[in-house]
Amino acid sequence: MKASAGGYARAESVGHALDLLAGSDGQGRVLAGGQSLIAAMNMRLSFGDLLVDISKLSELSGVVVEGDTLRIGALTRHAQVGADPLAKTHAPLLTDAVSHIAHAAIRNRGTIGGALAHADPAAEFPACALALGSTIHAEGPGGARDIPAEDFFEDVFTTALNEDEILTAISLPVAEEDEVQILEEVARRSGDYALVGLCLVKRTAGHRVSLFSVGPKPILAVGAMAALDAGDLDTALDALSAEIDPPSDTQASAAYRRHLAGVLLSRAVARLKGDTA
Amino acid sequence: MTEMFRDKVDVSLTVNGEPVEARVPAGQHMIDFLRLELGLTGAHASCEHGVCGACTIRVDGDAVRGCLMLAAQADGAEVWTIEGLTDTNAISDLQDAFVARNALQCGYCTPGMLVAAEELLSKGDLPSRAEIREHLSGNYCRCTGYEAIIDAVESVAQGRAGKGKA
Repeated sequence: MKASAGGYARAESVGHALDLLAGSDGQGRVLAGGQSLIAAMNMRLSFGDLLVDISKLSELSGVVVEGDTLRIGALTRHAQVGADPLAKTHAPLLTDAVSHIAHAAIRNRGTIGGALAHADPAAEFPACALALGSTIHAEGPGGARDIPAEDFFEDVFTTALNEDEILTAISLPVAEEDEVQILEEVARRSGDYALVGLCLVKRTAGHRVSLFSVGPKPILAVGAMAALDAGDLDTALDALSAEIDPPSDTQASAAYRRHLAGVLLSRAVARLKGDTA
Repeated sequence: MTEMFRDKVDVSLTVNGEPVEARVPAGQHMIDFLRLELGLTGAHASCEHGVCGACTIRVDGDAVRGCLMLAAQADGAEVWTIEGLTDTNAISDLQDAFVARNALQCGYCTPGMLVAAEELLSKGDLPSRAEIREHLSGNYCRCTGYEAIIDAVESVAQGRAGKGKA
């Protein structure tokens, strides 16, 4: 179908974008890469929005290392994240994730900030943000705000961002020298949303496991993490099964998703141990 | 303050190398602008939610979904469609290979398929069949079963690398 927009304005700076949002009487909608928003508009799932187009704000794009932190601007496109040498060195999980996100033409436009703010429970980047212990940076009328990823994702398509705020960047600790980051997912076709996906990070402080497409938001599997820290995979698998409550839908039953989650954890742990089978 | 938002937006861009200035509806996507306003009907509007790839065009050097970009966002952009890529002979070897390999039947997906394939080929590597298949995974073809398309793209990749005939 054809999109229906209530209006459009091209932001010339973050401050200008915030003014536009503030002046939108609650109808404002931030347009970045548009790969989810414009699809939703075309399907009339979203209509009458006053679009605040931030896609020309080059200051929100790019990857930098600041001390022990990797910072990725919100408008950095998926394809840029996937090809970025700093991301590959310091957050290989994100590099890996990009190859699972949709198709090349979508990755050329979609942005990491858009994916995080959209908070699709089946998307890769939100779960990566959780597993890596990231911080989400936002700006609003009251100034800048930092939100831990663990507090950011609240429900389906719902985040801790206020309506008058804009997500500006994500930052995360650079990978330790012997840190291992692994992403596993099962999808029916290349580029489809995952039936279930899992991120496993092993660093000095311990294991971190996050899952996507197993509920209304990406989750940290804290029970499984504790069991992996104790070196007990069987207990981790039991804990994982108990701490997720996946939905049944036309793609997969809840029981199948729960089964897949265990399979993915086993595969990830096998890769962690260098067993590539 | 809602007067800060416009329902018609002025854009200035180039399409197939020629300057275009237009006033577009705020919600019009790029593919409708190209087809309905400029008469460039080569790229197709099909699923209109980013799944099928029939609307794939080149914007600022990247293959993108014409249905997932607003015309209003194209201000300052350099846009190429199959018409321009054909007229400039930029992809004539790829088009010839599609004909030689029967890589199209109804042809509906072909303009998008060509833009997507050219993006992969333009990287200059010699892609494997699996890489070709993966790169074209976002472009649906309901006629060919894809094998002939992969054949065509592979033969051009080999031809350009000087390791075979395109």
